[in-house]
Amino acid sequence: MSAAHDHHHGPAKGLSRWLFTTNHKDIGSLYLWFSFAMFLLGGTFALVIRAELFQPGLQFVEPNLFNQMTTMHGLVMVFGAVMPAFVGLANWMIPLMIGAPDMALPRMNNWSFWILPFAFLMMVSTLFMEGGGPNFGWTFYAPLSTTYGPPSTTFFIFAIHIMGASSIMGAINVIATILNMRAPGMTLMKMPLFVWTWLITAYLLIAVMPVLAGVVTMMLFDIHFGTSFFNAAGGGDPVLFQHLFWFFGHPEVYIMILPAFGVVSAIIPTFSRKRLFGYDSMVYATASIAFLSFIVWAHHMFTVGMPLAGQLFFMYATMLIAVPTGVKVFNWVATMFRGALTFETPMLFAIAFVVMFTLGGFTGVMLAITPVDFQYHDTYFVVAHFHYVLVPGAVFSLMAATYYWLPKWTGYMYDETLGKLHFWLSFIGVNLLFFPQHFLGLAGMPRRIPDYALQFANFNWISSVGAFLFGFSQLILLFVVIKCVKGGKKATDQVWEGAQGLEWTVPSPAPYHTFETPPDASLIKAQ
Amino acid sequence: MKSDVTPVNNKKVVRKLLLAVGGMFVFGFALVPLYDVICDITGLNGKTGGRVEIAEAGLLVDESREITVQFIAHHNAEMGWDFQPSVAQLVVRPGEVNVVSYRVTNPKNDVMVGQAIPSVAPNAAAAHLNKIECFCFEEQTLEAGETADMPIRFFIDPELPANITKVTLSYTLYDITDKSGKAQAVAIR
Repeated sequence: MSAAHDHHHGPAKGLSRWLFTTNHKDIGSLYLWFSFAMFLLGGTFALVIRAELFQPGLQFVEPNLFNQMTTMHGLVMVFGAVMPAFVGLANWMIPLMIGAPDMALPRMNNWSFWILPFAFLMMVSTLFMEGGGPNFGWTFYAPLSTTYGPPSTTFFIFAIHIMGASSIMGAINVIATILNMRAPGMTLMKMPLFVWTWLITAYLLIAVMPVLAGVVTMMLFDIHFGTSFFNAAGGGDPVLFQHLFWFFGHPEVYIMILPAFGVVSAIIPTFSRKRLFGYDSMVYATASIAFLSFIVWAHHMFTVGMPLAGQLFFMYATMLIAVPTGVKVFNWVATMFRGALTFETPMLFAIAFVVMFTLGGFTGVMLAITPVDFQYHDTYFVVAHFHYVLVPGAVFSLMAATYYWLPKWTGYMYDETLGKLHFWLSFIGVNLLFFPQHFLGLAGMPRRIPDYALQFANFNWISSVGAFLFGFSQLILLFVVIKCVKGGKKATDQVWEGAQGLEWTVPSPAPYHTFETPPDASLIKAQ
Repeated sequence: MKSDVTPVNNKKVVRKLLLAVGGMFVFGFALVPLYDVICDITGLNGKTGGRVEIAEAGLLVDESREITVQFIAHHNAEMGWDFQPSVAQLVVRPGEVNVVSYRVTNPKNDVMVGQAIPSVAPNAAAAHLNKIECFCFEEQTLEAGETADMPIRFFIDPELPANITKVTLSYTLYDITDKSGKAQAVAIR
């Protein structure tokens, strides 16, 4: 690619624009549309689950299909919806925020996106294969996934390999961009927090996605080549699988939440018309959370039979995470304190994020307490906990980000009334959906079971009603976005009165090429 | 483009990051032996150690303590063998060598190869249950309809933590007929 040739002309026409694009904005849009499609697909799987659980007894699906739905819902939402959506935001916003003309490795960027649809095509196609798709839960514990898995497990393994490769390439690109492409004057401690959180997230991805690739490779060997990594009969150990998986899995949950912290740290100051409170402490808190994420993995497996010392260590280390997280929540609240607040849709989602993510954090501290975890383990309490941090947490931050930057992407203001309607329906729906699951879990309802005892019936139907309300509300978001792409009130360059940062200095919509000459250093302010 | 954004700079970063990716991939595999070593040292997961030489067993018998050792036998889902310990439990003293045998029958019409995997509860006792001889050190091949008595000679070392008075030794039998031969070299404890 010759730089002189590639510059100064607009996008190519037709489909080839999207297939061959190396433009960070195009690739960002591709990622975002792809992740939204996956969000709807994973949501459909979730609605199958909730439809089945609306009443006790088996209504709609066979237990094996139910298991495939819980598995695919988790895999699609984690690897297909939340992670690519944040990569899409990173593609769109990081170059704009640090005054770079594009991502550092544009062609690899194209590749890391375009292998994703194939990975998911392969994974979803397993549902139509003989023996069905993966039915062992998104955590695919061995030997359930090796000795007892369906024949399609091999396709699942390769799909995970491809998703991992995509994430790793995305992470390398983000790091190279942030380290090499910052505009003069954009020192590390002047970077917007979204850039910081993504830098740290990218390092987490580099550290743990290869471990996941290793785990699925071991599964592949166990299934096809007679090795016994996880097979006790051959000298392996199923518990080893859990250690390896959660060594990846716990940093993974922070991969899904750290960029959300960055989004919220951008939105709350804008609509509070104040600077972010405690910028430095936010950076250090993010780094601390990332570090701690590597030494707490065994809190997912307290019940496997660990020595007391191990249980105590993982319990205290886990609780320690509440400290940097508390710093963040404090800073967000302090940013709002005595600010000139307005409540546009992005701010509503951001405030809801702070409140409900904190709620999910509290149940996390409850689960960290080893003795009580023995009771909560594998119940709906765990389901309620991680859905509170992931749905009104990570997903709400993605919605907040969409509303916040949509005018910059499209050049038009979105429909504020519909945006607020979307927010309130989502807010009510998500709480109806997940709050009763706390009670179900405390009362002993196990997760991943298609049927349940009669005493759980009331909370389950409330939960299912909430699920359908929340699910169908997302069509409003789709409508708002399409409407905004088509037109509306013209957005100003700054869009929001209180918005600060380089992305608001370029025109709306952001031109195809931005910052080909670095922005003036006077535009770069301390956060 | 900005002057200090050079392909060379990117190359350097990418090379380092790819190295890190490769390193973490290898690290994932390195965790497998590392895990075994840690389990070995600490006795986590109820893994018992390998063969202990008789000479080491020349320990003083601690007459002041009585430990109840319980024996459990399971067979894995695909294994149709009957598998039972000759006694359900035994009261032993630390340092004293005892023999217990497990009776196993192959009711099937084919030759089968089994492998027993031991596990000790509580975990803290695993490192203190020493086996001089155990059928779990070898594969067991049984002809159709054959019955065999399989012995273990073991002792509890006197360093067993004082709060432990009951130790459970459990064996799970796995069908390794398909893998046997290949599996010979696998060090099983």
